[in-house]
Amino acid sequence: MNEVLPLGIRRSRAVPETLVRIVSYSATRLVALFLTVVVGVYLTILVANMGGYVDVIKRAEIREGAIFRVLADPKMMRLPSDERARRIEEMIRLDEERLGLNRPFIARSLVYLRDALVLRLGFAERMNSDTGSRLVRNIILDRLPATLLLFVSAELLLFFASIFLALSLSRRYGSTLDRAVIALAPTSAAPAWFYGIFLILIFAALLRLLPFGGMIDAPPPQQPAAYVLSVLRHMVLPIAAIVLSSIFIAVYSLRTFFLIFSSEDYVEVAKAKGLSSGTIERRYILRPTLPTILTGFLLGLIGAWTGAIVLETVFNWPGLGRALFQAIGLFDTPVIVGATIIYAYLLAITVFVLDILYAWVDPRVKVGLEGRR
Amino acid sequence: MSKTLLELRRYPSAVAGLAIIGLLVGISMYTVIAIPYHDAIRLWRGGEQLWLENPRNARPVWMNLLPGVNLPRTLVVSSASAPRHEEPVGGGVRRITMSLPFDFSSRGFPQELAIFFDAAFATAAPHVTVGWRRPDGSVIRLTELAVESKGIYRISSDQHLQQELGGRPEVMLFADPSAPQQPLRGRYELVLDGFLFAEGSRLEARLIVYGQVHGLAGTDHQRRDLMIALLWGTPIAMAFGLLAAVGTSVSTLVIAAIGVWYGRWIDGLIQRVTEVNLILPGLPILIMIGTLYSRSIWVILGLVIILGVFGGIKGNRALFLQIKEAPYIEAARAYGAGNLRVVLRYMLPRVIPVLVPSFVTAIPSFVFLEATLAVLGLGDPAVPTWGKVLEDAYRSGALFVGYYYWVLEPAALLMVSGLGFTMLGFALDRVVNPRLREV
Repeated sequence: MNEVLPLGIRRSRAVPETLVRIVSYSATRLVALFLTVVVGVYLTILVANMGGYVDVIKRAEIREGAIFRVLADPKMMRLPSDERARRIEEMIRLDEERLGLNRPFIARSLVYLRDALVLRLGFAERMNSDTGSRLVRNIILDRLPATLLLFVSAELLLFFASIFLALSLSRRYGSTLDRAVIALAPTSAAPAWFYGIFLILIFAALLRLLPFGGMIDAPPPQQPAAYVLSVLRHMVLPIAAIVLSSIFIAVYSLRTFFLIFSSEDYVEVAKAKGLSSGTIERRYILRPTLPTILTGFLLGLIGAWTGAIVLETVFNWPGLGRALFQAIGLFDTPVIVGATIIYAYLLAITVFVLDILYAWVDPRVKVGLEGRR
Repeated sequence: MSKTLLELRRYPSAVAGLAIIGLLVGISMYTVIAIPYHDAIRLWRGGEQLWLENPRNARPVWMNLLPGVNLPRTLVVSSASAPRHEEPVGGGVRRITMSLPFDFSSRGFPQELAIFFDAAFATAAPHVTVGWRRPDGSVIRLTELAVESKGIYRISSDQHLQQELGGRPEVMLFADPSAPQQPLRGRYELVLDGFLFAEGSRLEARLIVYGQVHGLAGTDHQRRDLMIALLWGTPIAMAFGLLAAVGTSVSTLVIAAIGVWYGRWIDGLIQRVTEVNLILPGLPILIMIGTLYSRSIWVILGLVIILGVFGGIKGNRALFLQIKEAPYIEAARAYGAGNLRVVLRYMLPRVIPVLVPSFVTAIPSFVFLEATLAVLGLGDPAVPTWGKVLEDAYRSGALFVGYYYWVLEPAALLMVSGLGFTMLGFALDRVVNPRLREV
């Protein structure tokens, strides 16, 4: 690609090549990631069933259920006791066979793996979805949109705010604002829920300006506009907590990064050519740093997914994280395992998006073309 | 090493960070010596019996330093030192009169009132009438009761008295008749007037006027002194953070170095595991383990290390890839150093100084991780930690009810320790990586 070509020819060739590059690259990555997900989910299942603990619970439940059914059945109660015991054992055997408990664990774990991968997550033991369904999948699907809404909007806000702030700080480094951001960077050691507690204390408990938590006023407003406004009002504090917990470190590291790149020779050349500072920032500073910035953003999102559990609990946000927290409280194993698997998928999707964006913004990533060269 | 320290002195944030860390280590050492572990567990887990004389949810004493705040402390008045009068009335029966005086000068009402009796008798229990004399001279009759040997009369929970007074006893007994929102200040007296029915019978009483402030840290919903948890939380947080950071960073280093040095399938395997690790949801897995298996802080520590080992491999790999080509490694090979020797004695020591800053910065993240698990209710049940105090506060709705001290104290400690380590880590970063210093 280094030979000098007239501009028009380069464009027309570059577009389909980029497309092919991205498609083949994405396909490779997708397959690789899927295998990774399989391994990850299988590990999760192994952890969830480690030592056959879940089996013990299931067997005990089957036994209890069988005995209760016999006790509730007057016809069975009239049978002689040894006949009744035989019937109970028979019922237990049938149930264990139905659930596959008579097969070795390895065989069963593969069944669990298949079920988990196709999101056949089974029935919750104690929790319900909003519509009353006991299916773990429905419970999770109920909660997922709330989590996505909160965290994607918070991370997007954080992303653009930190890039904008970092650029403006790198333009005048050494200023008071710059020093303030450097001094505040260590505060990012604390996670978002921690700031959440302080924000609730100040804005909800003391000032009574914003709600303590939840996603919508009770009862929910009827007009769509009022509904949206109410949700937005409830989103202010959790988003502020997420942004507050990582904005300073993000701005600090981006600004340092930009400063290192703006001392490169080609930037000096661009300046000498008399290009406007906006153009220089867009073409010569942002462009080469984009892969790193995107990595940071998506890794932040990954961190946020797992941080969701506590943040949503603190803010009573009806998302996946709080569902997981409730499931812990109720010892609802299927929901815990299901939510963990969903998190694994969310992380995998995030990593996949990262890969695609990488291929898109970083021309050096040319998987699939090397063979032809 | 000493050069680094000298250079660190130029950064005020590093000095502040070191001071904070020093303070925390000092507190940890004091705590471990002053309150041995078993005492701490007994005090924290022993139940309310141990803390009968503490008020519930009392604010810390220093709240009284705030302008306009004057909350009562707990007063204990014992009959042992109080004036008493005994006279025989015939048939071995004695009439006993005791008065338990105390001065009340606070602007807030007490939280609770209770009398703890200590009586000795053979068959017939002493019988007493309990009266209350206020500073203005008026006397209120509270109740009449047969005293059990270790009986407690909780004045505040006496429904009958509450009806008679028309309000909560601890308020109505103190309220100024002309300004019912204010307690009447001055000398109060609890008057016990009763009969002992046998020669050997004995009666002692202690009046406890529970305050609204207690100790330097306040108390929680189970009357426990929060100071114990705050103090013991320090060594536990330090130990957890330090061990987790050491465990993850050392094993990450070794694995990254081995992968880079041996290359081929070992490197490939390590990279694949890194990718799987990126997809493994760490916190949910910790939660699952905490729910299903064990909440012991050591099990959690081990898991945190295992889950963290493959987290930092990518950065280390880049460093080792550069070092692998360095001439001194070649020299070591030339005089016949074995593989493991090269990895452990030549490659690892080279990167350690560069990685110290990130190691120091990682400590608070583990401290906060422990707090996170505790807030979710998955903390070690036996050990008092900052996170567990936060969890108790959260479960009792401390923010809604207004017990801010309960949340702010552990939160401040977490924040201060987090800041201490990160400030030091950031300064170290600038000392060790000179490229950062210019910008």
